Amino acid sequence: MSRHISEQYDSELESLNRLLMEMGGLVERQLRSAARAFVTHDTGLAAEVFTLETDVNRLELALDDECVHIIARRQPAARDLRLLISIMKAGTDLERVGDEACKIARMTEQVATFPIPDNGYLGIQHMRDIVIRMLTTTLDAFARLDLDAAYEVIATDAEVDDGFAAVDRALLREIAEQSDFLQRSVNTVWTARALERIGDHAKNISEYIVYVIRGRDVRHPGAARS
Amino acid sequence: MATERKDPGDDRAASDGPAAGGDDGAPASPERETPCLEVRDLSLSYGGVPALSHVSLTIPRRSVTAFIGPSGCGKSTLLRCLNRLNDLIDGVRVSGSVTLNGMDIYGRGVDVADLRRRVGMVFQQPNPFPKSVYENVAYGLRLQRGMARSEMDDRVEWSLKSAALWDEVRDRLNETALELSGGQQQRLMIARAIAVRPDVLLLDEPASALDPISTLRIEELIHQLGAEYTIAIVTHNMQQAARVSDYTAFLYMGELVEFGNTDGMFLNPAKQQTEDYITGRYG
Repeated sequence: MSRHISEQYDSELESLNRLLMEMGGLVERQLRSAARAFVTHDTGLAAEVFTLETDVNRLELALDDECVHIIARRQPAARDLRLLISIMKAGTDLERVGDEACKIARMTEQVATFPIPDNGYLGIQHMRDIVIRMLTTTLDAFARLDLDAAYEVIATDAEVDDGFAAVDRALLREIAEQSDFLQRSVNTVWTARALERIGDHAKNISEYIVYVIRGRDVRHPGAARS
Repeated sequence: MATERKDPGDDRAASDGPAAGGDDGAPASPERETPCLEVRDLSLSYGGVPALSHVSLTIPRRSVTAFIGPSGCGKSTLLRCLNRLNDLIDGVRVSGSVTLNGMDIYGRGVDVADLRRRVGMVFQQPNPFPKSVYENVAYGLRLQRGMARSEMDDRVEWSLKSAALWDEVRDRLNETALELSGGQQQRLMIARAIAVRPDVLLLDEPASALDPISTLRIEELIHQLGAEYTIAIVTHNMQQAARVSDYTAFLYMGELVEFGNTDGMFLNPAKQQTEDYITGRYG
């Protein structure tokens, strides 16, 4: 991509990208901590997730503010416009990933009174590994505007959905068999659900990347637009 | 204005016809899409120096088409070809064809004065005659002999209303037009142009000498007139092109780089050169 005639404009867009990456980095840390805290019943680690939330929220506001200012001053067009819109939307998705991580951290505080299940939350670990990979890949793809990587993330979302269905089935069996751990089972489903949502957000962000590069909206295929 | 939108996809390449009628929007009205002006393989040189090179495009009826591009790209030259205004310059050579409603305007036996009545033009600087507001609008009508006074009065009023100026000048029709503000003078020029009921209106940077509010009034007027007339506008202001036009043609060094519907051109142009120009990048 060639440079703008206005160097100031280029540096504004670069600083916007840095803000998004900084926010992505924090959210990724929230997710890693929350998921690890849950499977190890580590409430101390869960608490860290909440402390990061303030920073994430602050970055989301800064990101939106910066985007609005650039739109007002520069009247961006074509790829610049698509990039700004996508950064704003990606910021929203990242913030929601952070919220889901906080949800997992809350689940951790409740399950910590129970023993860790025999399988060590195998299904959750499997989902966690996939969504962390999706999130890091989509952030990396955003930074490099890498179309192939974006499509890879979009395709991976189905694996997370399958993972959730497997956890859901296993836990229904567990609930039927051992009602002593009802709360733990329910929280595990909630956690799996949160991970599944995080997968969706990572997929959304990758769809914005396709939009920036191709100018094509690949969300909701088949939906009629008016 | 255009209700049709084409999904900006990368299947849209530069072509001599604008992408019209989306597969995702309301169907385009067939009449509207009947070509009004067809430019075919048009080349022009001034004293041997090429200014336009093999330009082909179709300007759809009752719509606004904007010509954009850097200074010297040929956009004004192209506009002036549409009513043969370049004929007045020495050493001009034109090849190719321009047809207006099927008639070759460079053909033999074409009455150029009649052509310019059918293809009106408004310039960057408003140039009212040192006459009354009324006479400025009636000027072209007086050339058409036999118009009764009452009919002329009606036509002047209609023109001024169409140009969104009537309310401001109805009580000063007999005062000199030179007393009007720049924005009012420019709307008066548009009233003068449409008084003779042209098919096409050519606007060459019509708002570049005006303040922002007057500019918005002119833009609103262009937008409204686009439903009745076929309008081609040259502008340096890309946001203006984005605001007022249905179709946009990007010219660079005398060549037509890309022509398409304005939504697509400003959201997802097909050519890198267009992208670089409208986003303000080095080509």
